[in-house]
Amino acid sequence: MDTAYLIETIIKVVVILLIFSALAGIGTYFERKILAFMQRRLGPMYVGPYGLLQVAADGVKLFTKEDIVPTNVVAPIFKIAPVITAATAFMAAAAIPFFPEFTVFGYTVHPIVADVNIGILYILGMMAVGLYGPMLGGMASANKFSLLSAARTAAVFISYEVVSGLAILAPIMMVGSLSLVDFNNYQVGGISHWIVWSQPVAFILFWISAFAETGRTPFHLIANDHEIIDGFGTEYSGMRWGLFFIGEYANMFFISFVIPLIFLGGFGDGSFLGAIGLLAKVAFFFFFFLWTRAAWPDVRPDQLMWLCWKVLMPIAVINVVITGFVMMF
Amino acid sequence: MKMEAFNDRNVADNGYFLVDIEDYPTDGWGKFKRVVKRSFRGELFVGLWVVMREMIRFDIHTVQYPQEKMPIGPRYRAVHEMKRLWESDTERCIGCGLCEKICISDCIRIDTKIDEDSRKEVSEYTINLGRCIFCGYCAEVCPELAITHGGEYENASDQREHFILYEDMLTPIDTMKAGKQLEFEGFGSITPHEDERVKKTPLAY
Ligand code: SF4
Ligand code: SF4
Repeated sequence: MDTAYLIETIIKVVVILLIFSALAGIGTYFERKILAFMQRRLGPMYVGPYGLLQVAADGVKLFTKEDIVPTNVVAPIFKIAPVITAATAFMAAAAIPFFPEFTVFGYTVHPIVADVNIGILYILGMMAVGLYGPMLGGMASANKFSLLSAARTAAVFISYEVVSGLAILAPIMMVGSLSLVDFNNYQVGGISHWIVWSQPVAFILFWISAFAETGRTPFHLIANDHEIIDGFGTEYSGMRWGLFFIGEYANMFFISFVIPLIFLGGFGDGSFLGAIGLLAKVAFFFFFFLWTRAAWPDVRPDQLMWLCWKVLMPIAVINVVITGFVMMF
Repeated sequence: MKMEAFNDRNVADNGYFLVDIEDYPTDGWGKFKRVVKRSFRGELFVGLWVVMREMIRFDIHTVQYPQEKMPIGPRYRAVHEMKRLWESDTERCIGCGLCEKICISDCIRIDTKIDEDSRKEVSEYTINLGRCIFCGYCAEVCPELAITHGGEYENASDQREHFILYEDMLTPIDTMKAGKQLEFEGFGSITPHEDERVKKTPLAY
């Protein structure tokens, strides 16, 4: 391991951390604006032009707020829980190739922190660990709403994880690798080579479980404001709550990267156009998260379990079996 | 906006109809069929389209409150006003004390004295807006249409007791001279065309 590699990795880590922390903030702005427009409102308008500096105002508020640890909570777990959510979200990003490799000053940069050969497993695993944040935070808090939220987290946890794993299995069988770079190279031949055409069912299933994974509407039951206040976040304030928030939005962005990389050709042949294409796909998937929030109702926890175990999992298994048969003959 | 649609209570003729709701399935096969139907009929996409349509139309209904304000109706009961007589620009209030008497939250205090022309004159008149419930009784009872409700609803105060004095409520004399005093049209005011309907009491039959 030479020094250049070490420096490069550190720079990449810092860049990813900075960009996606900022994006998480800007993501909230877009969310509020788009939801507002869809509901015939204006959204934030007062801080800066068109409310653009609202993010900064919120950030200042979050950072400077008093760090409150309520009396009856289990303090060590309460304190560590938001860190788990935020940290695992960014750790998952290590195996995501955000861009095709490019050359600056004769030095080839691979915009992926670690192209580990189990990339997709690592990402899914890390994102799953992220759910320990809400769960531990909810259980460490001293109120019933947080506890309910923790129980729901567990329900979500054991439901969607099976579906996303089985759904992704079929494309993995086709590609024969777990690295997202290999996934991208598999589909390098243009739109007709995208995995989504040969694995439409897996695509839909993975997309659905992405909603459960990030806890977005229609599976927004972990922190459903109108039922259980803010769920696990009820007793959090200030920057600890902010970490939950950053983790959630960073997760949304990362999953929006993963879906196109696996199913929709990723950055294609690695040209500049391909990179722009990937960004466009990511933007669409992120927008879709907001879009569904404006349009769809939430399901109940038991409905989510029902959906995942009785509907989606059998479909995923059948999909894997059929894929296996097709590949065998 | 037309009011007929709201005032017409004969709902049967107005295109109201019972929504056709199927019975809920009870057996497993029926439930399965319902799930399949709901999954593939694309209802979710109808929802997506509706919100997308609203976003494209961009028909925003937000009122950006401090800069923009909604017009309020003449019957709105906000902070009181004291009107002046159109003919002489003097105060309408005759100091009869009816408003003080009727006020159910006891928040009007009025004091009168006899002025140099031996006429009754209001010397003090205060309303405690912190107690006032804006019921409108004072405006209704006032025989002179002197105390009325105005449209000023931004009366936040940093203390519970928030008094408004006679001079604050009285129409400023400049406004009066310019003929800009708004006549009260709310509860207790004179109905339109009252002049035509009024009959003189005959002296003899
Ligand atoms: S509005 Fe009602 S409560 Fe207020 S001063 Fe008049 S009579 Fe009293
Ligand atoms: S405001 Fe009206 S009711 Fe009250 S004292 Fe004056 S004239 Fe009488």
